[in-house]
Amino acid sequence: MERLATVRLEGRRTDLPDFRAGDTIKVMVRVREGDKERLQAFEGVCVGRRGGGVSETFRVRKVSAGVGVERIFPLHSPGIASVELVRRGNVRRAKLYYLRSLAGKAGRIREKRDAVQEAGPAGAAGGGKEPAQV
Amino acid sequence: MDAIIGRKLGMTQLFAEDGTLTPVTVIEAGPCPVVQVRSGGEGRPARVQLGFGTAKASRSTKAERGHAAKAGLQAAPRVLREFAARGEAPAPGTLVTVADFAAGQRVKVTGVSKGRGFQGVVHRHHFGGGPASHGNTRFRKPGSVGPGTDPSRVIKGKRMPGHMGAERCTEINLLVAKVDGERNLLYVRGAVPGPMRGIVTVAKEGA
Repeated sequence: MERLATVRLEGRRTDLPDFRAGDTIKVMVRVREGDKERLQAFEGVCVGRRGGGVSETFRVRKVSAGVGVERIFPLHSPGIASVELVRRGNVRRAKLYYLRSLAGKAGRIREKRDAVQEAGPAGAAGGGKEPAQV
Repeated sequence: MDAIIGRKLGMTQLFAEDGTLTPVTVIEAGPCPVVQVRSGGEGRPARVQLGFGTAKASRSTKAERGHAAKAGLQAAPRVLREFAARGEAPAPGTLVTVADFAAGQRVKVTGVSKGRGFQGVVHRHHFGGGPASHGNTRFRKPGSVGPGTDPSRVIKGKRMPGHMGAERCTEINLLVAKVDGERNLLYVRGAVPGPMRGIVTVAKEGA
């Protein structure tokens, strides 16, 4: 019997970078206006990924003009032109919904560094989330 | 042929080039050998019996194996279903495959819905139930089932709690989104009755 699992894996894109929750990414979205098409950037923190196979989606959060905006993208959609990994984040959770209740400095995420670079005094990126729970 | 027997594998999604997402049910259908053809009599279409899968010799009766052997089959099919042939009936032994279907066609899919067991009136007939608060204690009850002394009985067909699901049902006018002839897969837009791995029949609309 042909397994559904293999069917669900078909049509996936392989050109996107490997990113996870906490990473700052820049999503280039295809926007159609009339018969013209242009690209629109949506840059923010990936707060989580869910689903599997072709149906996988990811959620990006940014603060735009003081208002938090979250957008859900289907990972394998042709409507996404490209995804650029801007910054890797050091987080301990798969879903970063707690960012919604944090504002300003507290909402920042420490950058993930390779073990070699971390030899010096780490935490220079400052803040972190622990001391800022109001 | 305008119909085929298959197994529902489950649901997934298909992307169109413009980014439109289509929810589809994947059905592994055929190849179905024609097991028997019966003439329909005057003015009526011939009846074509199709088989699907193979039953182990230990799981089929001698009669079933003999019936299959008449069509030149090695083993008895696990499922037999009969359909009306719209055009000319195919000869016994020929195979009906998903190649008889094409993307863009409209089909109806018949299967046995998921069994829900004994269900109350809210789930089974979409009754509203009672108020949730203000000291109320009749939350999901059916309420009154009719008048009193006259007529002293409950009207036939009154909707009540009882067994729900596990009945034959047909979803009509579904769109064939994609056909995979190599792996015998039909992708039908939308949901289809029955559990994953349930047996379903797919027939072209208008058959």
